[in-house]
Amino acid sequence: MAAHVTPPSTYYKIFATLVALTIVTVIVAFFDLGRLNTVVALGIAVFKASLVLLYFMHLRHSERLTALVIGASFFWLAILMVHTLMDYVSRQWIPVPGK
Amino acid sequence: MAEAGHAAPLADEKHGLVSHQFEDVEQQRSAAALGMWAFLVTEVLFFGGLFLAYTVYRRLYPEAFAAGSHHLDVTLGSVNTLVLIGSSLTMALSVHAAQTGDNKALVRLLLATMLLGAVFLGIKVVEYAEKFRDHLVPGVHFHWHGPDEGHVRLFYGLYFMMTGMHAVHMIIGEGLLGWLVIQGRRGRFGPHYNTPVDLIGLYWHFVDIVWIFLFPLLYLLGRH
Repeated sequence: MAAHVTPPSTYYKIFATLVALTIVTVIVAFFDLGRLNTVVALGIAVFKASLVLLYFMHLRHSERLTALVIGASFFWLAILMVHTLMDYVSRQWIPVPGK
Repeated sequence: MAEAGHAAPLADEKHGLVSHQFEDVEQQRSAAALGMWAFLVTEVLFFGGLFLAYTVYRRLYPEAFAAGSHHLDVTLGSVNTLVLIGSSLTMALSVHAAQTGDNKALVRLLLATMLLGAVFLGIKVVEYAEKFRDHLVPGVHFHWHGPDEGHVRLFYGLYFMMTGMHAVHMIIGEGLLGWLVIQGRRGRFGPHYNTPVDLIGLYWHFVDIVWIFLFPLLYLLGRH
């Protein structure tokens, strides 16, 4: 199996989408949506990162082993994030006497 | 033992492309790619620690973080985001040029990627200079006209650490691209051998992805 050759037209389309999403995320940031601001900003960032990963980094046409390695890295990142935040988020829930 | 699988590797060995531990070019390529991805996993966790610190402190001091973020230059940040996405495009096209054996285009596109990377770093220098002028660099000269000075300083500490580490990665990337340009001019890459272009491309796109997250978190959160 030789490496898949992605046609330049795909790269141009992904580039155009990334530029459009960057403009959208900047415009949305100027409106006050409360907590939604962070959700929208991160949602767009995740989508942009996925496009870069799938097309620019050729994940879409990579071996399953590559997908497994990338999946593992996000899994470890999730452990780091979720376990630390479990502590910080829940600290205020239970009143500690004398504090 | 090795005789059975000799036909294909020998053809490649004539070009001096396949190290002796690999069966063929493809196995060599996929092993190298796996190594690069394994390195990028450590990079995800390296930046993950910084993103975690940011998340924890932003949860604790949301007002100070919004105030600090509001002082960053959103125009320069947006322009830099577009510049970096553009450099990812030229990098991706470099990989295509190497795969199709268009050596002229390869060198041109690699130089374009280096140029866009340099523009990004140049804009970053302008931004950093503004922060030094406005006494927003954490240290003895840090000064904030507003409440919660300590926590705003924390935001700027994270800002400099995160964008600084990102910039260090960009500078390393520029060096790697320069090496690719030299090798490319010597005609080292083509349809049969383009792994270094491919792998340094992965690194460059990874650095782009880090910025895709840094930009909204640092520049946009205090905008409205």
